Amino acid sequence: MTSAVDPTFNLASAVGAKPDAPPAPSKIKVENLQFYYGQNHALKNINFEIPEKRVTAMIGPSGCGKSTLLRVFNRMYDLYPGQRAEGHVMLDGVNVVGKELDPTIVRTRIGMVFQKPTPFPMTIYDNIAFGVRLHERLNKAQMDERVEWCLRKAAIWDETKDRLNTSALGMSGGQQQRLCIARTIAVRPEVILLDEPTSALDPISTSKIEDLIDELKRDFTIVIVTHNMQQAARCADITAFFYLGELIEVAPSDVIFTNPKEIKTRDYITGRFG
Amino acid sequence: MDATMDKMGGGTVQPLDKTKGTGAVSDPIFVGLLWASGIFVLVLLGLIIAELFQGGLPALQHFGLEFLWSPAWNPVTEKYGALVMIYGTLFSAIIAVIVALPLSFGIAFFLTEIAPQALKRPIGVAIQLLAAVPSIIYGMWGFFVIVPLMAAYVQPPLIATLGQVPLIGFLFQGPPLGSGMFTAGLILAVMILPFITAMFVETLESVPPMLKESAYGVGGTTYEVYKNVSVPYGRTAMVGAIMLGLGRALGETMAVTFVIGNANRLSASLFAPGATIASTIANEFPEAPIGSLKLTSLLQLGFILFVISFIVLALSRALVRSKLD
Repeated sequence: MTSAVDPTFNLASAVGAKPDAPPAPSKIKVENLQFYYGQNHALKNINFEIPEKRVTAMIGPSGCGKSTLLRVFNRMYDLYPGQRAEGHVMLDGVNVVGKELDPTIVRTRIGMVFQKPTPFPMTIYDNIAFGVRLHERLNKAQMDERVEWCLRKAAIWDETKDRLNTSALGMSGGQQQRLCIARTIAVRPEVILLDEPTSALDPISTSKIEDLIDELKRDFTIVIVTHNMQQAARCADITAFFYLGELIEVAPSDVIFTNPKEIKTRDYITGRFG
Repeated sequence: MDATMDKMGGGTVQPLDKTKGTGAVSDPIFVGLLWASGIFVLVLLGLIIAELFQGGLPALQHFGLEFLWSPAWNPVTEKYGALVMIYGTLFSAIIAVIVALPLSFGIAFFLTEIAPQALKRPIGVAIQLLAAVPSIIYGMWGFFVIVPLMAAYVQPPLIATLGQVPLIGFLFQGPPLGSGMFTAGLILAVMILPFITAMFVETLESVPPMLKESAYGVGGTTYEVYKNVSVPYGRTAMVGAIMLGLGRALGETMAVTFVIGNANRLSASLFAPGATIASTIANEFPEAPIGSLKLTSLLQLGFILFVISFIVLALSRALVRSKLD
């Protein structure tokens, strides 16, 4: 299959072409990426760029490889034997899938939020402090400040400030997910990966998370995997469509959802398959 | 209406109130048997408790509650008390748990996260086989292999060094006999290791992968994820597993009888010989004539062991079942 990713097509300037946004340099460059689950060739020669401080959505039917790609970005596949990546994922010029790079370093620079809220079995405060303590030596006051900072960033400070020392497991699902986002930004990553972050949430919590994504892109580069095409259209500056392990098309979201180049993309976004 | 039904079905349609299903007789019998099986367990347990209690009652009446804390055990003067045995039972079981715990942690962590697939099965099977070794084998092994080793190589240097240290020295004093509380604890540790490990593995495997991944996702290392996420997530079940191991160690008889030294003396030293409730019963039952004060004292000991085990087991089950707040 021929890919619609035109090598001369400059994504960054395409995004920048939107009247309200200056051109964005690329934060992550994926080059000739192959990924294998044992014998299964799950990602086939992926090439594209993710612009800095923008929201990039990855869509496609189940099994198309979009979540796999997300797990390549922060080396999560490293935890499981038999999974391997070839090619390059350049984060500011450093290859994050290179064997010589420590995955824990990669993961502090590229944080991740999962499909379901995954609060740790500890207090709200400690949930945030956990990741920070692993990498920085902060005194009590600095840590308090950091906890408040990221809870405010995640728009959940007002709901949690009076119960920081209670178990995080007592929060509602939507609150837990925002706590997980707060926990992710607490270690001050540059990129935040969101793997279907609202698939387990009700519509009100979902819209709060979407508002939050809009806020966060001022400071962070965001990559979101979603099954919900309205969500991609609402949140993302650019959208990439994957099918059967290949990148079919990537373009600014308004182009993808109104005037896609590829027939496959059009069929998918109009609901003919998937 | 009746006519058409007859034509169609080709048979007679009976009025409902005269109909008997095929299971009309057999099913109530089957259900009755199921009831009987269920009730049988309750009756059996009740009878055992009642029999133990009734058998031990004369000792309790004769010595009063002092039986519980009297250190005497003298068949000549007919003075009996349970203190030495209760102490020995708890002490040896606690040594066993202290020794087995770090090993179980290590094995369970290794098996769930580190071990390559090719090693997982052999180690897992080996642990299960360890649980399948009959306790008398452990007893013989302990008596013929471990006790001489302890007497020759382990106890003398410990007595010479740690035995001289103030505050903890009393734990390591006395002659290096080989047998005794510490050796019994070691053998018990090997015996309860498979149970604790198996339950640890089960607990660790039940930690949601996504939860572990999110801990790795903020940059945690293997150790940090274990310490801060996996273990806290499963801590209640793990405490339950430890209690279950403790429960097994409390009641273990044959292996302990071989290596504990069987002395009805109270001693703080780890190396001193002692006795547990189970080992005392096993040793003295043949020499207790029916109707004697000794026999009723042994039955009372059995009842005490039952109560201790019951409490530990009930506690462990409650902990294993309870979910994290």
